[in-house]
Parts: sequence; structure tokens; C-alpha cells
Amino acid sequence: IQLDFWLAPHRLGRPVDIRVPFRSLQAVKAHLEASGVSYSIMIEDVQALLDEEQREMLRSSRQRSLDTTTFNYEAYHTIDEIYNFMDMLVAENPNLVSKLEIGRSTENRPLYVLKFSTGGTNRPAIWIDTGIHSREWVTQASGVWFAKKIVQDHANNEGVASILETMDIFLEIVTNPDGFAYTHTTNRMWRKTRSKHAGAICVGVDPNRNWDAGFGDAGASGNSCSETYHGPYPNSEPEVKSIVDFVKSHGNIKAFISIHSYSQLLLYPYGYTTTPAPDEQELHEVSAKAVAALSSLYGTQFEYGSIITTIYRASGSTVDWTYNQGIKYSFTFELRDTGRYGFLLPAKQIVPTAQETWLALKVIMEHARDNIY
Amino acid sequence: RAMELPPGRFPAARAAAVAVAYLRYLRGGPGSGLQLRELRRARRQDIDDVGHKYYLELELEDVLDKDRTVNCTAEVLYHLGSKTSAPDVQVTVQGELRSTEEADKEFYNRIRSLEKELVAENIPDSHGNVPPELEPIHLLAWVASGYVIWQNSTENTKFHLAQVKHVKQVKRSDEDLQFDFVVLLHEMVSQEVLPWEVTLLWHPQRGARVPQSRAAGAGS
Repeated sequence: IQLDFWLAPHRLGRPVDIRVPFRSLQAVKAHLEASGVSYSIMIEDVQALLDEEQREMLRSSRQRSLDTTTFNYEAYHTIDEIYNFMDMLVAENPNLVSKLEIGRSTENRPLYVLKFSTGGTNRPAIWIDTGIHSREWVTQASGVWFAKKIVQDHANNEGVASILETMDIFLEIVTNPDGFAYTHTTNRMWRKTRSKHAGAICVGVDPNRNWDAGFGDAGASGNSCSETYHGPYPNSEPEVKSIVDFVKSHGNIKAFISIHSYSQLLLYPYGYTTTPAPDEQELHEVSAKAVAALSSLYGTQFEYGSIITTIYRASGSTVDWTYNQGIKYSFTFELRDTGRYGFLLPAKQIVPTAQETWLALKVIMEHARDNIY
Repeated sequence: RAMELPPGRFPAARAAAVAVAYLRYLRGGPGSGLQLRELRRARRQDIDDVGHKYYLELELEDVLDKDRTVNCTAEVLYHLGSKTSAPDVQVTVQGELRSTEEADKEFYNRIRSLEKELVAENIPDSHGNVPPELEPIHLLAWVASGYVIWQNSTENTKFHLAQVKHVKQVKRSDEDLQFDFVVLLHEMVSQEVLPWEVTLLWHPQRGARVPQSRAAGAGS
């Protein structure tokens, strides 16, 4: 019968506690009743308790960390956890980091950008965004790591500390918060925003087809149910418009890097036309250096080239617009991997991915710093 | 007559993905998963009234033993204008793939002796985790999706297995193992994530067969 005595019989008149396997339940009950032994059920289903305990353990291991030192960079986090991280980082480094709200998403979530600055007024700046496509989880996770890395470099006077002497860095970690929340609650594979436009059957616009560069041309879809739906008009998405407004009013951004996953590519304009970008040769050379730096850490191989020749035609994309605005060093990254896990990259690859990508970002940032225009 | 192609650009990369999918279907199993390490060389030949033929030199690695690589050559012929015909693929592997005979037999016996039919979902999970005991199932999903990808690829598509949404073992009276999969395939050009229902039959000696597959209904 496989009875498991949790409180064994040892004296008359004393209770006995027994865990009874399900298949023996009837037999045991029958025996006790036939023998006139009274019993009561203390726990209906032990397994259910164990399952709940597991869930609770998982929940408490995700408990809010108290500072950015104990924050777990090797795990994927929720939007609340990341927004909390940002506040902690600012609180710990008030002289270097500030948080800007550049707008609100369709579902009214704040769009936050971290500004890293050692002073000056409207210094030439570098922009980095992660998570514009919400299912590309390694990018938001890398953004969190980048934020901490910038602070650490500055504290140790190494790495990007020298860049921060003359330039500011802007980092938008959760560029598509509505989509990101949706990947946590409902559909892990959600890519787009969560807007619903008049006349559109389906929800969401591809925020990387919504920019005013070749908008609506081949390389995007006019069907709202498509993953590459460009939206009803350029900048229809507040997530996009807020960045456009920010870039225009700042007026001094010198490098713009938008981070995606997966495919292991470093891309530069254009996506909407086969006409080579006027600065293609320089962008190609910078890409070669950046990719070599990335590869030097763990041997991760990246291809590089223009969007349209390397991956596919894409219209209305972010860096085509920023490049046409005069931001010469406009790049898009596609991070790990090449398809084995795709969007579902194991959490233990977050930090290695962020570390190697950072080396490539530094090449671009240093090049921007050393080539004023 | 065959034009040299830059391996880093998408036309060659798409053809290579088809060749790898085909090879996974042909030679994959619960103990082995092949992935592309490097596309060494690619050429394309446009054949009048027939289609576009790609000649590829590939270096593959075993995901379970990254130190082992194997070279192969492949030919991928996309038929002209045809949306219903799968590309013709031929692959020649140079040298030996790692033998998985023991792992295959162990897996086969383990599944055959299960009292309750295996059921699992979300492999990998949202965080990229695959429990070790489900890794062979994950690799068999690669075999199943290898077939679907090969059958449904064109020069304008590039598919990857995004996730195993659901898998159910179906006990059979013959010696094959049967798994009914619902897999999510990510198509790179359209960026769509498409659910496919695929039935896989597998046997340690006879290998894999896909008796049926179909795109699953919308609205999942």
C-alpha cells in the first residue's frame, strides 16, 4: 500500500499521521472504517502544496533587488523590474545618470530614456535603443547591462569614461513597453506595438516600419494583421514619434544605434532602396572593426552590410530615417543567435551577449567621438 | 555560368538554411542536432525554364558537441515560379557525423516504456530553458520542422523553428515512435510566426518520416 508515516504510531491514544498514495486511498479508508478507527483529512492533495511551494520559491527568487549591485543581470525581467532598476541606477549615481520621460505609449506607459552625462550643455550625443521589437528579449536585457556598464566604466575611469568627457549617451531600454508587457502576459512572440487604428482589423504596428524614410514602399505591409504593418502614416506610433521629437529637438546626436535580435548582423542604411548610402564605405569600415571587436571576446561571428543587401528590403526603418536626418553613424544590430533558440535565447547567454555587443558599440562610439562632423 | 555569391548576403544564406533544414530531416534524431557554423562559399546558376540553382559549401556543427564540425556540399534548386513545389535539395556530407546509436536506442527504449504518453509544451520556455529530459524531443522537433521548412521554402523565405508549442506522443502498434507536434516557425522576411501541425514518425534504425503536416488555423 506504500503508506508513508509522517507521525508514526508509538503509543496508544496518540494520533498517527499518514501520507497515503492516491491509488491506496480507497483501501485505507475502507480498512480504517471497518476497524472503527476515526480519521480526518489534514491535507487533501500534498502535490498541490508542493507545486504551490515551487511557485512561491520562484516568485521570491525574483524579489525586487535592493540595488543595482544585487540585481540579477543573468535573468530576464519584467517591465516593472526594469523600471525599478532604472530608478535605482539614477538614485545611486545622481551626478551621472538621469531619467527622461520622452512620451507615453499607446497604453499610456511612460517611455523612459536614461541620460548619461558628465556635464556640458547639449553635448554631441550617442543614442542606443533596445526592445523596439518586444519579443527580442535579449535586447532589453542587454540594455540593462549596458546601463550598469556605463556607470561602472565611469566609476573606474576606464572604457567609455573617456567618451563621457565630451559626449552624452542616451539609452532607451524598453522602447516598446506595451509590446513587452504583452510578451510577458499573453504572447511571447509579440513583435509590434499595441495600437488599434481606425479601420484596422488587427492590433499593432511594426515600429521598425513606421519611420518617415521610404514609408509605405516595398519592404513593409499595408495589412494591419501583418508583422511588418507600417501603420496608417509615418510616426503614427507614439513610441516612434517620441524618439523623432527627441532627436529633432536635441539636434546634436552623432551616432544612433538601434538594437534587435536575432541573426548576428551589423547593418547600416539603406533598407528601403538599393541606392548605396553616400557614406557607405566609411560605415562598412566601421562595421568591420566593430564586428572584429565583438568577435574577439567569445568568437561570435557576425555578418555586416547594408540592410537591403544583407537581410531584406525594409521600408520605414529607424536608421534609414536617422541617417537621412544627418546622423551619419546610424547602425542596427541583430544580436544572438542565428536560429537555434532565436527569440527564446537562454538567459545564461544574456551577459555574454551584452559583453560582446558592448565592444562593438564602443568601436562605433569612439569612431563618432574621433570623427566630429 | 554559375555566379559567385557573397556568403554574407541573404540569397546565399536563405539557400543554406534550406539545405540545413533538409539535412536535419534526413540525418537528425533525438541525439543529434546539426546547425550551420559557416557558409564557406555560394554560387548561383540561373537555368532557363527551370529555376535558380545554388551550389553551397557549408561547415556544420553538432549542437551537442560543438568541437565537432563536418563539411558538406549542397545543391538547392528553386523551381521557376512554383509556389507548390518544394526546392530540390541534394547534400553530400564529407566525413562522418557523430554516431548517436546508443543515445538513440536509450531514448527509444525510454519512450516505449513510458506508462503515460509523453506530453509537453513550450520548448524552450519563455526564458530559453529546455529541461534536459526534453532536449531529445526538442531535437526531434528540429527533424519535423526540417521537413516542413524544406517543403515550404522559396527564395523569398527563411524559416527557423521558434518554439515547440505542444507535443504529444501517440502510442503505436508498430515499432515507430509517433509525436504530434505543434511547432511555431519564424519566417524572417515576413517576420511572421506561423503555427504548424506536424506528425513525426521516428525509429532508431529507419530514421524519420513526416506522414502529414499542415499550417495550423489562425488565431492561436
